[in-house]
Amino acid sequence: MISYGHHQFPGKLFVVEGTDGSGKSTQLALLHQWLKAEGYPVFFSEWNSSPLVKDTTKRAKKRHLFTPATFSLLHATDFADRTERDIIPPLKGGAIVLADRYIYTAFARDVARGCDRAWVREVYSFAVKPTVAFFFRAPLDVAMDRIVSSRPSLKYYEAGMDIGWSDDPEESFKIFQGKILEEYDRMVSEFGLTVIDASRSIERQQREMRLLISQHLNNKRRGKGY
Amino acid sequence: MIVIEGTDGVGRSTHTALLRTWLESRGHAVLDTGMTRSVLAGRGIKEAKTGHTLGRLTMQLFYATDFIDRLENEMLPALRAGFVVLTDRYIYSAMARAEVRGIDSAWIRSIYSMALVPDAVFYLRISSAQKLVERVVSSGRGFDYWESGMDLGLGEDFYDSFIAYQTRMLKVFDRMSSEFGFHVLNASRSVRSVALDLRRAISKLIEEPANPTEHNVRPLIPLKDKPAAAKPSSNVIDLNKEALS
Repeated sequence: MISYGHHQFPGKLFVVEGTDGSGKSTQLALLHQWLKAEGYPVFFSEWNSSPLVKDTTKRAKKRHLFTPATFSLLHATDFADRTERDIIPPLKGGAIVLADRYIYTAFARDVARGCDRAWVREVYSFAVKPTVAFFFRAPLDVAMDRIVSSRPSLKYYEAGMDIGWSDDPEESFKIFQGKILEEYDRMVSEFGLTVIDASRSIERQQREMRLLISQHLNNKRRGKGY
Repeated sequence: MIVIEGTDGVGRSTHTALLRTWLESRGHAVLDTGMTRSVLAGRGIKEAKTGHTLGRLTMQLFYATDFIDRLENEMLPALRAGFVVLTDRYIYSAMARAEVRGIDSAWIRSIYSMALVPDAVFYLRISSAQKLVERVVSSGRGFDYWESGMDLGLGEDFYDSFIAYQTRMLKVFDRMSSEFGFHVLNASRSVRSVALDLRRAISKLIEEPANPTEHNVRPLIPLKDKPAAAKPSSNVIDLNKEALS
């Protein structure tokens, strides 16, 4: 089993991180389109999307079956399936893989929920280290507004209701997101995350991302003779 | 907590059922638990296994999720309430399956670092894959994809694969026996002989308990330069700490 930082693949892995409402998914979608238009082979992997695991996750969320440890492990199971099937093979094939959320999401959430910091990193130690990991930093109140306005109500685990920070979902969510942001900030130096100021315009952020990414691309386009 | 370990087809479920009945007849409250029986992940694991596309890492983590769910929600509460917990397989099976699949056993140990030390581990040992396969054939059980280690590509058909896979598993279990101090029982004998041995050993354990402060003090897996064990979730009491205080 090869561990984080020790994989050597011809492909490139770019991931986006940040709280919901930070604009990361929009930026990733724009990047995806651009890379395809430029002729690169691109694959995309989304958080919590493994066909083998996502039904179990959905059921558990609905029936409130999780503890901090099992929440962490089931999400790691989903991630392992995507790593084995959707991330590693294309990277071995020299393609570009984009991921919306990565292991840092787990680290931030699970630690905020009370899991041991070292343990959670051990669990995910099989993950491929990204070529670049973007962290979209948005001020907490901006992200909060976007999330709260985009949904009719906050979901149980999303608000961290099982932890017992507050009986009020919005209050609980705010506390949860605050802790998550603290973890993200620590991880910037720990993992060398590339911080993108999410308060700037969409175009400005995209330009910055494309510039950074181009430095890592060396003509892996689909040529005419491919 | 009593663990019954052993590879596929040795008779773990038979003996666990017999032990349960026997213990209950002696007035003990018993919880019996085993792999894929968690409320959280049991069904998901079974479904994931049917398509034969379950990767080696994914399998490990799915089983770990199942285990921790049972540990937190069933085993720990039962132990606190004074139950005898009979566990069909424990983390040792997970470690064996991982090792045979080329997965770093140090990784497995870290994942399971919050597991409790069992009071006894009984390893039902069959000496060869050949003997195991006889049981599979004679009992009408048939060959299961995963029990034959088909995901490893060790043989042309289920039979060849089974022999190769189980041979490897048996070797790993033998090594773990000494490392973890299993009570090894020759499971080639009659059900009755094995059952009697189990009862004898367990009555000694349950009916003459060790000094309570000696319980669970030694770590399950010596954590030399490994990171600290997982912090238990808020609704779980760290029984190791409790025993020491």
